[in-house]
Formats: sequence, structure tokens, C-alpha cells
Amino acid sequence: MRARLALIAANTFREAVRDRVLYNLVFFALLMVAAAPLFGVISIGVEKIFMVNLGLAAIVLFGVVIAIFVGTGLVSKEIEKRTLYTVLARPVARWEFILGKYLGLAATLAVNTSCMAAGFFVAVAYVSVGLHAADVNLLVALYLIGLQLLVMTALAILFSSFSTPIFSAAFSFAMFVIGNFVEDMRGFAAMSGGPEGWLVRGLSYLVPNLGAMNVAAQVAHGQPVPGALILADTANALFYAVAALAAAVLIFERRDLK
Amino acid sequence: MAVIEIQNLRKTYKTGFWRKTEKEGLKGISFEVREGEVFGCLGPNGAGKTTTLKILMGLIFPSGGTARILGMDIHDPRVKQQIGFLPEQPYLYDYLTPLELLEYYAGLSGVPARERRKRSEAALARAGMSEAANMPMRKCSKGMLQRVGIAQAIVHDPKVVFLDEPMSGLDPIGRREVRELIQSLHDEGKTVFFSTHILTDAEAICDRVAVLDRGELKGVDVVADLLSKARGKVEITWQGQPKIESIRAMSLDYHATGESVRAVVKEADTDRVVDAVRQAGARLVSVTPVHGALEEYFLAKVDAPKKEAEE
Amino acid sequence: MTGGAISRWAMTALLLSAAGAAYTSYRLERMRSGATLDDVLLVQSPKMVKAASLGYTGLAADIYWTRTVQYFGGKHREKAMRYELLRPMLALTTDLDPQLTVAYEFGSFFLAQKPPEGAGDPQAAVDLVKKGIAANPRNWRLYYHLGFVEYEERKDVIAAADAFEAGSRVPGALPWMKVMAAAMRQKGGEIDTARYMWTNIYESSDDPLIKQNAVYRLIALRIDEDVLNLEKMAAEYQKRNGSYPANWQQVIGMGWLKGMPVDPSKTPYRLMADGRVEVQEYQRFPFITRGLPAGKQSIERITEESFKPQQ
Repeated sequence: MRARLALIAANTFREAVRDRVLYNLVFFALLMVAAAPLFGVISIGVEKIFMVNLGLAAIVLFGVVIAIFVGTGLVSKEIEKRTLYTVLARPVARWEFILGKYLGLAATLAVNTSCMAAGFFVAVAYVSVGLHAADVNLLVALYLIGLQLLVMTALAILFSSFSTPIFSAAFSFAMFVIGNFVEDMRGFAAMSGGPEGWLVRGLSYLVPNLGAMNVAAQVAHGQPVPGALILADTANALFYAVAALAAAVLIFERRDLK
Repeated sequence: MAVIEIQNLRKTYKTGFWRKTEKEGLKGISFEVREGEVFGCLGPNGAGKTTTLKILMGLIFPSGGTARILGMDIHDPRVKQQIGFLPEQPYLYDYLTPLELLEYYAGLSGVPARERRKRSEAALARAGMSEAANMPMRKCSKGMLQRVGIAQAIVHDPKVVFLDEPMSGLDPIGRREVRELIQSLHDEGKTVFFSTHILTDAEAICDRVAVLDRGELKGVDVVADLLSKARGKVEITWQGQPKIESIRAMSLDYHATGESVRAVVKEADTDRVVDAVRQAGARLVSVTPVHGALEEYFLAKVDAPKKEAEE
Repeated sequence: MTGGAISRWAMTALLLSAAGAAYTSYRLERMRSGATLDDVLLVQSPKMVKAASLGYTGLAADIYWTRTVQYFGGKHREKAMRYELLRPMLALTTDLDPQLTVAYEFGSFFLAQKPPEGAGDPQAAVDLVKKGIAANPRNWRLYYHLGFVEYEERKDVIAAADAFEAGSRVPGALPWMKVMAAAMRQKGGEIDTARYMWTNIYESSDDPLIKQNAVYRLIALRIDEDVLNLEKMAAEYQKRNGSYPANWQQVIGMGWLKGMPVDPSKTPYRLMADGRVEVQEYQRFPFITRGLPAGKQSIERITEESFKPQQ
């Protein structure tokens, strides 16, 4: 079982690495990070703040785009192109396929994010002339971005276990946007009150709490991120990813492959 | 011993936007495939051949009935160790080379890491793909992909091989090679189950055939019996003498075009007819046993309900 | 594992981890109460927020406006005396979407009211509305809000009159803008004008908070007017009879009153020996400026004890 998971994950990683679109995305992300010091010139005195905000935004956005497009393609493209047939006719359980794909994509994203992060640190070091102790917070921000990507990948796979690639991508992106505004969603709920308020509030617990994993603004100002928040975010992301993958397995186990 | 047992297998699809319309893909079919047999599943497009194969592979779930392979339930994971599958028009990971794909699949099938390379190369060689083993698959032709598909079905040395339309997309030489490959699997004692809509392929290599039409099983028969039923007819052609009355009298079919004549006679009369041709001073062109037995069988089975409906 | 066992495992994992996700999400919510305000604390540059909103500045403004209302509501509930973030939040909201007039209208109201009803910063309120007018010169309602703040919170009748007059010249302005301007110009007509304004606010607003406030203001105006009139009567009585009336019967006897003068809670006004008139339960009437016992300040907010008018 473990050998098969590793093989599927490795092959998923190989697929992503051989996809040219991926390189373009990473290239654009690095370009955006590299261009951040130029933007900083516009607003004197806040170069580094601007740089950190923009750099982290670029990393998360491109990471999410990769997670969604590769993630939704992973399962539904294999069904659509029927490459799955020759895999599932082997001693590969469907849940192993889902989990292996997830692990492979997670590894891909880890490598991509590391590349972008390396570029980001070079740019930060350039702007602020060397790295400082407070820049450890940037690593925390990157870790939390990693958590967001884990959640988004699981969601992308969940949607693609029952939908077409385009719909899966649309659903996933909607979840990303809503997930960033969970706290505002609860704000709306509190404002409207009544049954609608409770409904919106209830829904807010179904959406990943990505907003709580976005600490770009704090770390841009060199503020530390509380350990309790890191811990709670980690637990939330892992629970959410496991729930999404379990749902994907439940759906996929019973599905007829056209 | 029955390697594949299918009992009253049914599959209904729900179609339409609201999934309300039900379509019957398989209407309760039953048959057995014996060990070491080359078994052909015949039928026109949409007959239910691929549906049957997909149920056997666990890709779709039957609406009723049972299917067993090697005495085990089809969803038993141990079954998958023992079987190989070539889907119809295989789509394979185009970012891999044939060798990479086979090594990956050998791994998934539980082939130990140190044997994967050797087994993959051997399987590719058997499918005639040795030379293109390291060429990216997105550059492969349809015929090459079909060969890689066959190689991946046998890379882990399965006991039972399932092939969905294995000859499609191949040129005549390729078809012959695949036919020979199936023959060699047969010689090794493997059971081969394949589907086709091309009758001559089935006729050449099958021990038995099942004929499917619109989700119904129309019959299962031994190919040798079918052929022997058709034996006894010979087609003789010659040139130079359009009218040999003695032959015309004993012919089942007699057709003259200018100087050329084509006559179909009983096999028992072959010698007499050939003598008569020689005696008349005509030039004998050919003596051919008449085939097409399977075709007749097939058409009879498939057309029967249509004719009934017309009447 | 069979398919059923996997489904049971998956279902268990789904339920447990969904519960875990919801619980941690709840914990995060508790941990980060007011987290949406951190952004405002840290990022007060509209340029940066504009960049981060990727061109959807209208949407970003809506979100900041919601946060502003949330912030104000939260502070208001806890009867805060300071509303530090109100100004920057309103500035950010209106920078992101200068056409979001609701932010100027309600924002100026939030800013102008004395704490704990509002931030008690009428100058900031005036600046905000002026910014709104600069961005939306054809919106006469903004001039109305400007005049309202100038008059009600800054007691600057001239500035208020200027604002109403400027607004009344905007095409489409309702006719009472002119009335307001004129009323402002008239000295001494303060109670009537104020009543006109508050009635108008009551009728044109859908916000229960603002409506309630308007009702209490109108009640207070009525009491102020009553007390003013009753004290005038007492003075007149003293002028004619040489002493202040000892009780309301004597005033009624003059034919000036039809019955016992009562406040909106039907409690009679108290006539003092020096001709002053007091409201008996003055604590129940916020915002009244007359009829207060000597040395008592007017109550500037609605409290639990406040008189509950029937609407």
C-alpha cells in the first residue's frame, strides 16, 4: 500500500514537473516578487512593507492557481482521458489513487513554494539590505501559506471527484475567495441577525478559514505571529484537508467511471 | 475450470440532465470463460462489450448479477494482481515514455523494483515497441500507443488478459502481429478475453465467441464448430471456358464474366470439378475454401430480432 | 479491505475531521475576535489596499464599510467612550469607493454623536461629509447631512444654513432643503426647525438605531417646548398677579391651560416656587435641555430607564 502511494505520488510529481505551464506560473510569480522593489519606490518609506505584502500575495495566489488547476486536472482529467482505467485495473484501490495524487501534488507545491520563497527572500534581503531577526516571521507566514495550499489542494481534488475540470476550478476558486473572508462573513451574519444570520454563520464553518492563515499584514510590520494561532491554524488546515479528502474518497469509491 | 463467470449481469445507466431517463446497457447476460481459452466477445458498437469489460475491471458497478474472476469476487484486490487490461483506444500518460509508463505500472502491480526494468523491456519487445521505448508518448502514433497499451497489459505476467478492441488503429501488419501475440499468450496457457467488432480477427484466433447485441447475449459457441458447419464449400475460378455445363449442373453458385468464371461447389465435388476444368482446356486460377462462417453466424444472431420486428 | 469497509472508514474520517475543522474554526474565531480590524490598524494606506484588492476596489470598499459598521456596533454595545479606528476606517472606505455615499451619511452620524453614542468628533464628521460632497457634488443629501452636523453637533447655525442652501441648489433636491436653509437663517426658530429635521430623519431612515434616536430627540424637543411655554405662563402670571402661581389650577383658572400639563409619560410637570418648571422623572428623558432640576446635567444617551414611547 505504502509503495503504491509513493509510486502514484511520485508519478503525479513527475507529471507536474514536466508540465510547461507550471514553469510559466513560477516564472511569473518570481517576476512579480522581483518587481516588488520597483513598486516600493512609489511609496517612500514603506518599501519593505509593500514588498512583503506583495511578495506573499504573489506566492499565495500563484500557489493557489497551481493547486486549483493541477489539482482539479488530476482526477477529472484522468477520468476524462481514461488514463485511470489502466491504473485502476491494477491492484490500486481508489482511495489509494486519491491519496497518492494528493501527496504528489502536495510535494509539487512544496517545491514550487520553496522556489518562490527563495526568490522572495532574495528580494527582501535586497530591499532591506540583509535579513534581520524579525524576518523569521516571514517563515511563519510562508508556513501558513503552505497550510492554505494543503487545504486548497484537498478541495480541488474533492470537487474534481464529481465534477468537470472547469466547474471544479470555479468551485475551488470560489472557496478560496470566500475562505479569505470567513471573518467578514461572520460579520455580515452578526449584522443581519435572525435565521439568515444563523444560516450564514453556520455556512462559515463549512468554509476553510483561510483568512486566519493570512498574516501578511502583521509580518509586513515585523509583528510576531502568536504560537497559539499557528497551532490552531495547523489543526484547522489538517482537519479540513482530511475531511475534504475523506469526502472525495466517499464519492469516488462509488462512482461509475464513464 | 471457469476463469471468468458472469451470472445474469445487468447495468442500467441514468441519463439526461436530471438523471431520470434509464438506459439499459446490459440486460442480464450469463456466460463462462474457461482456463487457457481465447474468448472473443463480438458485437456491433454499443452492444455492451465495453460495459461488460468495465464491470469486470471494477471501473463501473453492475446494477445486478454477479461476476467472478479466478473464483474471486471482482472487487477482491487479489484479482487485480492476476489480470491485465487494455482499454479501447488507450489513452496513456503522454508526458511519459513507454518504458517509464511500463515501469510505473509494473510497480503498481507489485513487480519488485529490481525486476521492473527487465520486465518492461521484455513486454515492449513482445508488443514490437523496443525501438520507441524512450520516445515521449505524445509523439507516438495511434498504432504505437496501441502496442504500448498491449505491453502494459502483460508487463506483470497476468493469468488473464482482457483486451478491448486490441486490433483497432493498427495496419494489416500490426493486426497480424497482435494476432500472433495473442496466440503466444494462448500457448503459454493464459486466458485471453477480448472484444472486437471485426469478425475475421475473432475467427482467426478465438476458441469460443460470445455474440452481444444491444445488451443481450445472442449466443456462445465454439469457433471450430462454426467453421466446420461452413466447411464443404469451395470456390473455384478459372479462365478460358465460360460454359462448362457439367460443372454448372453441380454448382451452388455459377457466375461467368467474359472469359473468367467463378463457381461455388460442394467440397466433395472439388476433384471432379478440377478434372472437368482441365479436360475442357481451361486455365485453373484458384481453389479456395469458403469462409465467412462466423459472419453468417453473427449476422444471423444480430439480425434475427430485426427481421422479427419487420415481419 | 472491501468497498464497504473503505466507505465506513472514509465516513468516520469525514465526520471526525469535519467536527475538528468546525471546532478549530470556532477557536480561531474566538482567538481572532476583531481580527478584521487588525488589517485596518496595520494597513491604513488606501494605495496598498487598492493594490491588494486587484482592481475590485468597490468590493473592498463594501467589505471595509461592513467592518466599519461592525466596529461601530461593537463599540456602541460596550458603551465605549473612544472610537479610535472609526476615522481611519471611514477614510479607507471612502478612499476605496468615493461614491459609497452611505459611508458619508452614516459615517458622519457615527462620528458626530457624543460618546458613547458616537465618536464625539463633529469636526471629523464635517470633514468626512465635505470629502463626500467633493466626490459627489450632485448628491444633495450629503449637503443635508453637512447642515445637520453643523447645526446639531457644532451649533453653527450659519454654517448649517450655508450647507442647506448649497444643497437646495443641486438639481433634484427636495423642497424642504430650502425650508431648512430659511429656518436656519431665522433666529429663535430653533425648536421648530429641529423638530422638522428630526421628523424628516425619522421618516427617511430605515435604520432602527437612527429612528429610535430621532424619536427620543422629538420627545425631548416636545418637553423643551412645553417647559418653555409653561415657564412663560408662570412669568406672565407673576407679572399680572405679583407672585408666581402656587399650583397649575391657578394657571388653568387664567384660561391658559385646558388641563393639567403632563409630559409624554403622562406625569404632570412640577411647578416650582420660583416659577421654574421641572420634569419629575427627568432621568427618563434623554437629550432634554429644559426642565432639569437645578444643577442637573442633561442625559446625553438612551439608557435602560429611558421612557419607552409607543411608536
